[in-house]
Amino acid sequence: MSIPILRQGSYLIASIQSSPSDSEWREMGQQLAERVGKLRSRGVVVDVTVLDLIDSFAARTLREIAQTVKLRGAEPVIVGIQPDVAFSMVQLGLTLGDIETELDLEEGMAMLDAILRDGRTNV
Amino acid sequence: MDKGRRGKGNTEGLRQELVTHFRGERNSLRREWVHQMTAKRLLEGMTPQETEAEAATIYDTCVECLETAHYDSAEAYAKKMAERGVLRGMTSEQILGGMLTLRDVYGRSLFGKYHTDMARLAAALDVYEPVANNILAVVAMAFIRERENVVRQQQEAIRELSTPVLQVREGLLILPIIGLIDSLRAKQLTEQLLHAIRTNRAKAVVIDITGVPAVDSKIANHLLQTVDAARLMGARVIVTGLSPDVAQALVYIGVDLTRLKTVGDLQGGIEEADKFLGYKVDMVGSTIAAAMKG
Repeated sequence: MSIPILRQGSYLIASIQSSPSDSEWREMGQQLAERVGKLRSRGVVVDVTVLDLIDSFAARTLREIAQTVKLRGAEPVIVGIQPDVAFSMVQLGLTLGDIETELDLEEGMAMLDAILRDGRTNV
Repeated sequence: MDKGRRGKGNTEGLRQELVTHFRGERNSLRREWVHQMTAKRLLEGMTPQETEAEAATIYDTCVECLETAHYDSAEAYAKKMAERGVLRGMTSEQILGGMLTLRDVYGRSLFGKYHTDMARLAAALDVYEPVANNILAVVAMAFIRERENVVRQQQEAIRELSTPVLQVREGLLILPIIGLIDSLRAKQLTEQLLHAIRTNRAKAVVIDITGVPAVDSKIANHLLQTVDAARLMGARVIVTGLSPDVAQALVYIGVDLTRLKTVGDLQGGIEEADKFLGYKVDMVGSTIAAAMKG
């Protein structure tokens, strides 16, 4: 089963349902990169709320997806990293670089709104 | 420690003889013991009645140990004594001093009894000394265990009390850290903070470490991990109140501080967070404002 990608206004929302396989991760990245151009999306939200583990592969893939999306002209944001997941990620030394992260979908969309309204806020 | 020179029956007979002797001399030896402890000021904080009752029980328990070579009752009593003693602030000098005095009193009475027969005295000491040493060990261990118990309980209490995560405004948490941070506490702090970020939907966190006297590289890295983890959950972290020593230590250790946003004190940190969150604090006709004008 591939990861559903929903269109919401000028944003795309990739809502991860359960631990995706490596090929599902890759497919999602490809799909997002394609649709950003096709639908002229301004922002992409990747929702990882249901994941109870983000390993090095997942972290790298998320980073790559975000960078690709950015190159295609949309703002990426990753939302819904759970406390325990965040803690184990930093303990494993995994980071998402300078990619924006937010608490949940709502906050993510609000942040995209703010970025697109005011230009890039660097705080 | 019995040298094995004498037959077992002989030793048993001697043991019984000593028990009978100590039972017979119970009152005079006990008085002597209390007298010596009083002279050494080991009984401070105890009423004469308490002293009387405790002394009698301890005396009898020790003789019982000598008779049966079982230390269960001594262990149980020592445990109770330690619990009461530690609770009332009795020092280990008092308890151990008391037991040492009792040991001397028993020993002296043996010298008195056998001073004409050195061989018999040596045999009696062979029987008596291991028992006395065992009793002392039992009492000392009971005390140490009780102390450790108290220390553990207090550590737990401190740990629970010392990690409050407080919401100051919608979206702003503060986490004041007081006291030394060890790895366990650091882990707990992080976990509590991350869960608080989720439940309070916080966008900014001010961690105040004014009350942290020292930071080593492990703790510094843990702090950075906490900052990163909070960041992953969409909250910015500001660290405030780094003392000169802590700041110097951090630079000296060479931690990568580029990811760490620091502000001088808690007030500054909250102001910075307010700015980021879009809060503006106005002073409305307060006494402070009036005072500042005047």
